[in-house]
Amino acid sequence: MVRFLGILVGLGFVAALLWSFGWGAAAYVSDPPQPTVESRFHKEPKDIRFRQDGPFGMYDKEQLQRGLQVYSEVCKACHSLRLVAFRDLEDVGYKEAEIKAFAKQWDVPDINPDTGEPTTRKGLPSDHFPSPFANDVAARAANNNALPPDLSDMAKAREGGAAYIYSLMTGFQEPPANLPTDSHPGPNLHYNPYFANLNIAMPPPLTATGQVSYADGKPATVDQMAKDVAAFLAWTAEPKLEVRHRTGISTVIFLLFLTVLTYLAYRNVWADEKHRRVRATGPLDPEHMAKSRQASGEAGVHN
Amino acid sequence: MSFPWAQEYTPKHPFMRWIDQRLPLPRLVYGSVGGGYPVPRNLNFWWNYGFLALIALGLQIITGIVLAMHFAPADTMAFDSVEHIMRDVNQGWLLRYAHSNGASFFFLVTYIHIFRGLYFGSYKAPREIVWHLGLVILLLMMATAFMGYVLPWGQMSFWAAKVITGFFSAIPLVGTAIQKWLLGGYAPDNPTLVRFFSLHYLLPFVIAGVVVLHIWALHIPGSNNPTGVDVKAPQDTIPFHPYYTAKDGFGAAVFLLLLAVMIFFLPNSLGDPVNYQPANPMSTPAHIVPEWYFWPFYAILRAFNTNFLWIPAKLWGVVAMFASIILLFFLPWLDKSPVRSGHYRPVFKWFFGLLIVDVAVLGYCGGSPPTEGIVMLSQVGSAYYFAHFLIILPLLSWFETPLALPNSISESVLHGEKAEAAPIGMGSGRPSTAV
Repeated sequence: MVRFLGILVGLGFVAALLWSFGWGAAAYVSDPPQPTVESRFHKEPKDIRFRQDGPFGMYDKEQLQRGLQVYSEVCKACHSLRLVAFRDLEDVGYKEAEIKAFAKQWDVPDINPDTGEPTTRKGLPSDHFPSPFANDVAARAANNNALPPDLSDMAKAREGGAAYIYSLMTGFQEPPANLPTDSHPGPNLHYNPYFANLNIAMPPPLTATGQVSYADGKPATVDQMAKDVAAFLAWTAEPKLEVRHRTGISTVIFLLFLTVLTYLAYRNVWADEKHRRVRATGPLDPEHMAKSRQASGEAGVHN
Repeated sequence: MSFPWAQEYTPKHPFMRWIDQRLPLPRLVYGSVGGGYPVPRNLNFWWNYGFLALIALGLQIITGIVLAMHFAPADTMAFDSVEHIMRDVNQGWLLRYAHSNGASFFFLVTYIHIFRGLYFGSYKAPREIVWHLGLVILLLMMATAFMGYVLPWGQMSFWAAKVITGFFSAIPLVGTAIQKWLLGGYAPDNPTLVRFFSLHYLLPFVIAGVVVLHIWALHIPGSNNPTGVDVKAPQDTIPFHPYYTAKDGFGAAVFLLLLAVMIFFLPNSLGDPVNYQPANPMSTPAHIVPEWYFWPFYAILRAFNTNFLWIPAKLWGVVAMFASIILLFFLPWLDKSPVRSGHYRPVFKWFFGLLIVDVAVLGYCGGSPPTEGIVMLSQVGSAYYFAHFLIILPLLSWFETPLALPNSISESVLHGEKAEAAPIGMGSGRPSTAV
C-alpha cells in the first residue's frame, strides 16, 4: 500500500518537475539567455601573493606599517575602521609609546564631562579608529549618496580577499570600446572591471607615485601602495592569523602523532584477535575447526 | 541487551562491586560500549561515522556554550560581539572557527552515515525506529544549524532568516500569519534574533536526547553489517571494547586532524564572504545562498518554477523540499527487498551510485546562481531524487533478483575477508567460552 501511494506521489513530483522543465526548455530554445554584461566584462582578482598566504604565512610587519600609512593618509578620508583599536597596532610592530603618540593624532568623539555636550578629545590606545563621518547619513551626504563601507573586515567580506582589494585599487581604467552604452559609468561613477557591477562610486584613490611618503623610504608607486594597503586590510580583517598558523602547525603535528598511535593501537588490538586464533595453516583447517567445535560444546553453544 | 551470549559485567574490585549494587552505571557502560556488547565482527570503516557525529555534537556543544558567554543576542550588538570574540576574547577566534567549521563537519559525517545506512539497508526491519530517530536528529540539526547561522547577524544571516521563514508564507490561508509568528514581526528583527538564540541553545540538548534514544533503539537488534545478514551465533560477533573502541579511536583521530586543518588553515573557505558584512535590511545580496549542507535541498526548492495543477510553483517547491526528507521516513516500507546490503543487490547498486551523483549535482546547482541552465539541471536532478525513492526502489523490490547471501557473517568473513578471519569460539576474549 505504501509502495502504491509512494509511486503515485513520486509520479506527481516528477510530472510537476517535467512540466517546469518543459516550459524552461521551450523558453531556452525560443529565447536563448544572453550573457549578462557583468559576466562578459567582470574580471577575477589578479594573481598576487602576500607574505601571509599559505599555512606557514606570517605578516610582513614593514608592509603592514606602510599599509597603515596609506590608510591614515588616503582611505581614512572616507572609510572607517571601527573594529580596530589603536592598541591592536602592537601586532604591526609598534611599541607602546609609539602607539600612544599615534593615537594622539586622532580626534575621538566624547562627551564633555562638565557640560554634557558632545566634544572631541585626543585618542588613547584603548580607543578604536574613529570614523570620518558622524553617521551613515552624513557619509552619504558627503559622497554623492554612496556609502563608503567600513574597511575592518573588507578582506574577508569580498571574494578574493586581499588580492581583490589590490586589484580594485589598480583596476581603474577607461571603459572598453565594446562595452554597451547603458553600462558606461554614469555621473560620479568610475569603470573598474574588478568591481561586481563594473561601475564603482569611489574615485581612484591611489593615483600618483609619491602620494604617500613612506617612513621606511620605500618608493611609493601606485602598485606598491595598493599592495601595502591590501596587506594591511588583510591584517585588520584577520589580526589573529599568525597565532592561528602557529597553533595550527603544532596542533596538526600533535594530531598526526595521535593518528599514527591510534592506528597502531587499532592494528595491535585487531592483530591480537587474528593471531591468537588463526594459525599459518589458515582459519578453515580441520584441526582448528574441531577445536573450535569442542570449545563451543564445552561452553554450551551449539552452532 | 542484544545477544544472549553478551558477557555479563562482573566487577573485580570491591569498590566497583559496591558501586554496582547501588548504581549500576558501570554495568550500563560495560553493556553498551564495553566488553559486554557483542557487535558484528565484519563492520568496515563506513561504520565509524555515527561515532564521529557524536564527537562533532560534543564539540559543537562545548564550543557553543563558551561562545554564548561572549555573544550578545541583540540586533544592534550581535555582529560586533562576534567580532569581539574574533579579536579580543582569548582564543575566541579558535572557538568560533571550531564552531563554524565543526557544523560543516557534523553535517559531512552525518550525511556519510545516512548514505551508509541507505546502501547497506540499515533502515529495514528490525531497525525502522533507529532510522526514524536518525531522521529526527537530521531535522533538528537542520533547524539548529539554520538558527545558528542567523546569530552573527551578517548580511547572509539576515537574508537567510527572511528566505527560510518565507517558505511558510507559501502555505495557503495561514502562511503569512505563521511567518509573522515565527519572526515575531513582519521581517527579521531583534525578536527573531533573540528567539533563534534561545532555540539554538536548546535544540542541541534535544538532539543529545534523541541520540540517546537512537543508540538505545540500535542496541535492541544490534548493528547492521556489510553483509546485511543477521547475527546468528557468537562467532559472528566480537565485543565492542576493545575492537570497535580501537577502530573508532583511529577514526576520531583522522576526523580531528582534518577538522584542525580546516580550522587553522582554511577557516573561511566554506563560509560566504557576504556574511562578514553587517545585516542590512535595505540591501539584498546579489546571490542569496545557504551553507553547502543545504545546497541539495535549496536546488529542489528552486527547481519548481512553474505553476502546475493550479498549485503555485512556490508551494510546490516548499512541499517538495520538505518531502525530500519526510519521504525517507517511509523508506522501510517503500523498499521491501528482503536483502539489506547493496553488495548483494546488483541493480540497486547502480541506482545507488546514480543517487550519489544526483545529490552531488543537486548540491552544485543549489550553490550556483539560478541561471536557466542550472535550473533545468536541478529539475532533472530533483526528478531523479524523487523517482529514486518513490518509484525506482518500490519497483526494484519486485523485479530485482538478489545475489546469494552468505549463510552467516562469520562464513562471509572466512571466505571473503581473510584478513579478519578467525575460527569460532576460541580464546579468552570471546563471550562464548568465557561463560
